[in-house]
Amino acid sequence: MAPAHHLAQVNVAIVRAPLDSPQLAGFVAALEPINALADHSPGFVWRLQTEDGDATSIRPFEDERVMVNLSVWESLESLRAFVYASRHLDVMRHRREWFHRMTDPYLALWWVPAGTIPTVAEARERLKLLTRDGPGPDAFTFREPFPAPAGAAR
Amino acid sequence: MSSGRRIYNGGMDRVPPERDLAAIGLLQDPVRRALYGHVVAAGGDVSRNQAAEAVGVQRGLAAFHLDKLVEAGLLEASFRRLGDRRGPGAGRPAKLYRRAAGEVEASLPPRTYETAAQLLAEAVDQAGADLELQAAARRAGQAGGRDAGPAIEQLLEARGYEPYPDGNRLRLRNCPFAHLAHEFPVLVCSMNLALVEGLLEGIGKPAGRAVMDPAPGRCCVAITSKDNQD
Repeated sequence: MAPAHHLAQVNVAIVRAPLDSPQLAGFVAALEPINALADHSPGFVWRLQTEDGDATSIRPFEDERVMVNLSVWESLESLRAFVYASRHLDVMRHRREWFHRMTDPYLALWWVPAGTIPTVAEARERLKLLTRDGPGPDAFTFREPFPAPAGAAR
Repeated sequence: MSSGRRIYNGGMDRVPPERDLAAIGLLQDPVRRALYGHVVAAGGDVSRNQAAEAVGVQRGLAAFHLDKLVEAGLLEASFRRLGDRRGPGAGRPAKLYRRAAGEVEASLPPRTYETAAQLLAEAVDQAGADLELQAAARRAGQAGGRDAGPAIEQLLEARGYEPYPDGNRLRLRNCPFAHLAHEFPVLVCSMNLALVEGLLEGIGKPAGRAVMDPAPGRCCVAITSKDNQD
């Protein structure tokens, strides 16, 4: 049976330099292969992208250095496997060279009815919720996950 | 835990839990220890016949000891039909053994380094000090590598990694930092890679190159031979 809910994830990052700078070259070079890896990973459903094939030009925050990454997966396990147990991990190793440290939560997870995709505005709200209340069923983290709403397969 | 228990248990809190003690005690028996070692080194399901043969004991004796290890929580058992035959004549499914996922720990006097490690990792993560942690891990690895013999496998084994060859890579079956790596994957896996890179540098000769090559169920680091990088 297909799951009734899918997992949405948003994460934001503040780049240390413009994307065309040498400092971000490694990040830019990884965009295409890692996005392709995501697209072909088990459990991948959807990700936010422009016609460039990524979301780097979407800057929805007042601070225009803030980039957003928004995606939907079939389960927490499938997202975790991609993020932390694929070549993606090797790229994240360089996060401090490319992105500023953030004190507020920069990643939020929540459940959406299967077949729906979240908006950037909704993702912002989930991050706000997580910042205000800490992890809960409506906005949580990998370290403190919450199960999908009742009656749904995980 | 109620404070009442602390008063009346006569200091039992300072002795490791019975289950952990029992598990460790079981391994005093050399046959059990050999069986456990064989199952762990196999890295997957092992049948009673395979284990008995590897250790050089009767199948019945191996079965007895393997089941003891399951009872103690050191191994996990499952049933599966070996071979392709189905239906009548396929025989009963075989009982297979593999290392249990849980951990056994006993420290006297009591030490809770895991708690300290969690708190330190959380603070390092929040401070964004990934690169400082990687530098410290690399230095520790270099020092450990310098003091060791030339065999990288032995060096890794002594640190709990359980290396095994896979094509032209040396992979690591066990993650010595499993809990911590689960909670802080980027931080701890990067530290781990720097540590193994340091070990290789410390050994001195070009023993190989450490790369991040994660997949579910194994350590995130692998070692490629210098002349055969893939």
